[in-house]
Amino acid sequence: MKAIVYVTLKPSVLDPQGKAIHHSVELLGHKNIGDIRQGKYFEIAFDAAIPEAEASESAKRIAKDVLANPVIEDYTVEISK
Amino acid sequence: MKFGVVVFPGSNCDHDAYHVVSKHVGQPVDFIWHQETDLSCFDAVIVPGGFSYGDYLRAGALARFSPVMKAIKQFADDGKFVFGICNGFQILCEAGLLPGVLMRNRSLHFVCKHINLRLENQNTPFTSEVNPNKVLSIPIAHAEGNYTCDDATLNSLEENGQIVFRYCDENGDATDESNPNGARSNIAGICNQTRNVLGMMPHPERACEEMLGSNDGRDIFRSLAHTVASINV
Repeated sequence: MKAIVYVTLKPSVLDPQGKAIHHSVELLGHKNIGDIRQGKYFEIAFDAAIPEAEASESAKRIAKDVLANPVIEDYTVEISK
Repeated sequence: MKFGVVVFPGSNCDHDAYHVVSKHVGQPVDFIWHQETDLSCFDAVIVPGGFSYGDYLRAGALARFSPVMKAIKQFADDGKFVFGICNGFQILCEAGLLPGVLMRNRSLHFVCKHINLRLENQNTPFTSEVNPNKVLSIPIAHAEGNYTCDDATLNSLEENGQIVFRYCDENGDATDESNPNGARSNIAGICNQTRNVLGMMPHPERACEEMLGSNDGRDIFRSLAHTVASINV
């Protein structure tokens, strides 16, 4: 079982890397894009025997304690079998 | 009195800090490997600059799980002095010893140059001997120095006098042009509420000798030594 964790900057936080990417994408000719924000993606592989609820719970704790800095970032956790 | 300089895998300003304490402050100093958990022989601990754990995940994020960090938290809770410089500041923020976070510079570039710095609070253990009327010239060298916090945190930093250094121009004005990384309110260094923990992005240990272009950083280390000496008497 895998947990997928997405870490993204809070909407109120400026994302200069996203802005630089947006600028490059516009140079490629894509003119109809309002905004690009950059985030992080993690895959956590759990032992197969672990119950889904337990995997989800520990993935959320890992996201909160390690993967995201709650001052500037949000996270979402998905379980994939 | 004894100073300690923490060494993480990837620290690279540890020897500079050691050199300054032994040569320019004239105090005994030892390196502290990041696996160490006993800090009982130290009065002040410097968390130096560098790229601990290769800046993986976020600058300072993984160093906070080193065994020594638990000891440093306790050390700070006991009222002893902790001084984080550059990556050390990032680590102290990630570890929750200081509020806020250091984000990517707004220019996205690694900025390495001398900047002007204004002392905002002389009434701290780290700045008592720093001339408050002088604009300090101290180098920065970082890609993630853009200090960020929410409004409530900024207000409480202001109210409690926890903003210790601000980026400024040569006249001492904290202008946007003189802000090298986009830090909120030009913040270059802050302390905790009890003022025994200081973090700053500029490198005072690189500005302790005329030969290096400035010795404005020396008074910060000397202030700390003076404070420790006055407590130990």
